[in-house]
Amino acid sequence: MTAAGSPQVAQRRRMLVRGTVQGVGFRPFVYTLATELGLAGHVTNTGVGVLVEIEGGSAEVAAFCRRIDTEAPALALVESITHEELAIGGDTGFTIVASVPPEPGAAHRTRIPPDVATCARCLAELEDPADRRHLHPFITCTDCGPRFTIVTALPYDRAHTTMADFPMCPDCAREYTDPGDRRFHAQPIACHACGPRLALVDADGAPIGFGTLDEARRMLAQGAILAVKGIGGYHLACDAADEDAVLRLRERKGRGDKPFALLARTLAEIEPHAAITDAEKELLTGAARPIVLLRRRPAARAALPEAIAPRCPDLGFMLPYTPLHHLLLGLLDDRAGPRLLVLTSGNAAGEPIVTDDGEALTRLATLADGWLTHDRPIRVPLDDSVVRVVDGEPLFVRRSRGWAPLPIRLPVEVPATLAVGGDLKNTFALAEGREAWLSGHVGDMDDLATQQTFEHTIEHLGAITGVRPEVLVADRHPGYRSTGWARRAAARRPVRLIQHHHAHIAAAMAEHGLDGAAPVLGVAFDGTGYGDDGAVWGGEFLRADYADFHRVAHLRYVPLAGGDAAVARPYRMALAHLYAAGIEWSPDLPCVRAGSDEERRVLARQLERDLNCVPTSSMGRLFDAFASLIGVCHLAGYEAQAAIELEGAAVRRPGPVRGYTFALLPGEGEGDPLIADPGPVFAAAIADLRAGCDPELLAARFHHAVVDLVVAVAEHTRERYGPTPVALTGGVFANAIVSSACGRALRERDFTVLRHRLVPPNDGGLALGQVLVGAGRRAPGETGRP
Amino acid sequence: TGHGGGGALSAELVEHVFAPAFGGPLLASLADSAVVTLGGARLAFSTDSFVVRPLFFPGGGIGDLAVNGTVNDLAMSGAKAAYLSVGFILEEGVETSVVARVAQALGDAARAAGVEIATGDTKVVEAGHGDGIYLNTAGIGLVPAGVDLRPQRAAPGDVVIVSGDMGVHGVAVMSVREGLEFDVEIRSDCAALGGLVEAMLAVTPDLHVLRDPTRGGLGAALNEIAAAARVGVEIAERDVPVPPQVANACAILGLDPLYVANEGKLVAFVPREHADAVLAAMRAHPLGAGAAVIGECVTAHPGMVVARTGLGGTRVLDMPIGEQLPRIC
Ligand SMILES: [Fe+3]
Ligand SMILES: [Mg+2]
Ligand SMILES: [Zn+2]
Ligand SMILES: [Zn+2]
Repeated sequence: MTAAGSPQVAQRRRMLVRGTVQGVGFRPFVYTLATELGLAGHVTNTGVGVLVEIEGGSAEVAAFCRRIDTEAPALALVESITHEELAIGGDTGFTIVASVPPEPGAAHRTRIPPDVATCARCLAELEDPADRRHLHPFITCTDCGPRFTIVTALPYDRAHTTMADFPMCPDCAREYTDPGDRRFHAQPIACHACGPRLALVDADGAPIGFGTLDEARRMLAQGAILAVKGIGGYHLACDAADEDAVLRLRERKGRGDKPFALLARTLAEIEPHAAITDAEKELLTGAARPIVLLRRRPAARAALPEAIAPRCPDLGFMLPYTPLHHLLLGLLDDRAGPRLLVLTSGNAAGEPIVTDDGEALTRLATLADGWLTHDRPIRVPLDDSVVRVVDGEPLFVRRSRGWAPLPIRLPVEVPATLAVGGDLKNTFALAEGREAWLSGHVGDMDDLATQQTFEHTIEHLGAITGVRPEVLVADRHPGYRSTGWARRAAARRPVRLIQHHHAHIAAAMAEHGLDGAAPVLGVAFDGTGYGDDGAVWGGEFLRADYADFHRVAHLRYVPLAGGDAAVARPYRMALAHLYAAGIEWSPDLPCVRAGSDEERRVLARQLERDLNCVPTSSMGRLFDAFASLIGVCHLAGYEAQAAIELEGAAVRRPGPVRGYTFALLPGEGEGDPLIADPGPVFAAAIADLRAGCDPELLAARFHHAVVDLVVAVAEHTRERYGPTPVALTGGVFANAIVSSACGRALRERDFTVLRHRLVPPNDGGLALGQVLVGAGRRAPGETGRP
Repeated sequence: TGHGGGGALSAELVEHVFAPAFGGPLLASLADSAVVTLGGARLAFSTDSFVVRPLFFPGGGIGDLAVNGTVNDLAMSGAKAAYLSVGFILEEGVETSVVARVAQALGDAARAAGVEIATGDTKVVEAGHGDGIYLNTAGIGLVPAGVDLRPQRAAPGDVVIVSGDMGVHGVAVMSVREGLEFDVEIRSDCAALGGLVEAMLAVTPDLHVLRDPTRGGLGAALNEIAAAARVGVEIAERDVPVPPQVANACAILGLDPLYVANEGKLVAFVPREHADAVLAAMRAHPLGAGAAVIGECVTAHPGMVVARTGLGGTRVLDMPIGEQLPRIC
């Protein structure tokens, strides 16, 4: 860069702006800025970013260089700007020129923004009878609308979106080409004249009624279940106040008691059901619009059908994020209709969310009474994100729409990597250099359709990030479909296998920018992870860096009898724990009465003979077992149901309670891990149970036992190895009580606590950790650089 | 022919140790039995060892198992077993009455299957080096003209048929071995399938694949076929016949009945045009009375077996990896 000369000296400069700069109104911003400063030149989108050439007085050029960074549009994330001095070209005027398609094989490094909720200005136009987009279900501008889910290729241009087949009408074209307009180069721009068409159809694709939206609202008000095409796929919607409709939806979806999310018209509709903190309000009303898990008001329970989220302490709320949602819930002067909708992803249990219009009719045929659909295709499926707030900070349960595909900055360089994640709640990651792109929620890899979605989504994310993986990373579980897929897809590229909990801990380290030079104490509590000794791990204290880990302590092994049967029936886990602790299966205990005599008799034999039993140190299964022990939940119809209901019981018993105590036993040999024995916890809880204590008290005392255990092992580790940060990770830390109380207790004792803020603590965050551990590890037999 | 896991280990040994060491294309074909040409005759040839515990179980014992196992392996090549050899490996101290009872069962089973025990051998190992009685049988039989049954012949469009209830034998043997007391006793349905196969081939010699889903159950058998023929297999979970007492036992034990061993059952890949007639012929035979169409062979997802679930999803059925480890986090 040259020093600024005298104002009259002319200069020409080329700048390449990298980051999330396409689809966010960056070129109009550049145009406006250059025009205001009287600069000549042009701006264009390329495969690597926005390319600007300006020519004019050196003072104006300098001002431009400063302001392009500081005044960039709200949705833009400028990562770098490179400058280059050029010879004067003698341009007059400033223009936006057509995008330059990326050279074949060139690495794309431009960022596609996530899908953004309808902005306030669009919403005002939507409600304004005088506006030409009054009630237009696809209203959007450079500040809002679909992005990631409609992009088919780079650079981000209308031709490379699913809007390619909607030629603009003259009015839209004028706005699109007018640098002074809010919709200047808004790629999904549309209006009543030229935009996608909304339709309400039956299972045969034939239109229902007259006046699509009125009819849809009328059907909802009468208790119908509608498939509604959203941003990242179809949802199923029904009136949340209509208990029959909610029960029917639950039955048709075949998903047991799994809680439904709610779409509320406004914050005011949520208030009666849940108190909202400022941090929660910010999430609910922000551009990403996730489902926010809110503690429900105990007193307000009767106001909503219990079937929405049976025995769950939280309700998941979101606010409308598309014009269609706003219209469906009714604008201010619309006649009354449902103000609160159940909105759940449109799929049968276990399948991925449906995006294709034809498939929506067939795959949702038994689920929906009508289809509110349109002809703007969805390129990539994307479920709603789910977030809760713990101690004022967001804690992701699912990071998907609104965040994908924003990259996560890595603390160390990594080779071009594909980390395939885990098998349930799968997300994968593509990474290269100092960045990792996490996919949205893919789902359960048991399902064929999910595996196919997994493959398509890898292709799509690969195309828009330009990462061509040289290394694949997967979990060590021998039965994981994701691992099997990685092996099949490897084609001579190395496949590095990473221990499950090591990956969880590495994810937490990466989020906090740790370079791995010093180890952390990772507390990885989840349901199941394949352990290096062939056992099922899940209550792990690992001293870990990216390269390696050492097991400091773990929950005592108990037999997991019958694999997934033990997961589905928590009372079996309770009985296994009692067996391991030498406590009699006495008929006064709720868990003993939960199964049949036959099952108990066979289970006893199964445990004795070690038949189809795997040793497990799972903390998730311990929560299940305890929930059944005290009679809170004996059968899990959805993942973590028992743990969620146990948390619900503990929530009903606020205030200080004394925790039960795990026995912390030394390992057998020098350097062997400590064993945390829950036997005394069970013995004490049974004594309380027999003394007639409430299950709520027992649940609270159990939660505190877990927190005390974490503190005890952290103290032990500090004594033995010196101070280390403590990372809290694994699905159990989605439990707000455990997460919050562990954080507080550790900080009080001067520990640095690493909690997840960017990716979920559950397996949805696994791929990020796999990237970091995989980067430094060679698979057996692999040569070359690590 | 044991039960439970171990399928992946022995498949790996065959592929990486035995096949390279022996160098035979026949062994590498991974079929239940080999079809060899000798003096102008096409013979099916097979051997199997039996280490089942306990020696006797409701519905059968190691003696009938040793006959039926080998007879069935030959039948899966379309051959009617003609001659068997029997090798006894006896642990020192095993009671003569037990040996006699096994031998009697063996003889009875051979007569029932219409096969002659032509040669035999007995070895005694030191006490502690055996487990009472191990048996090995080998057998030969003629393959009828025009019959070519191999996993590689599975083709898209084929109808997948099973001859009856799945999982019965495996659960029966496990129940007695482990002392599991279910409310309803489960008896093994171990049987020789030569007659049933003959009845099926009488409809058409052009069946594509027959397989007895022994170790690893139906899941392993279908995976082996899908992999060998590079085709997809799609079954409907609810169409697979599983008797309620077996379903109940599996639910209690945490087993998937699709992965439980069978003996005396077969799965057939039949060209669509013959499917109805073959199914009718099977149902007319006492060992095929419970025969059912469970799915089809498809071009999609080659090498993969999927099961349509009751909820309309499609679960991928992988090759069993030994213990059924949970994956839920
Ligand atoms: Fe996990
Ligand atoms: Mg066999
Ligand atoms: Zn807008
Ligand atoms: Zn228009």
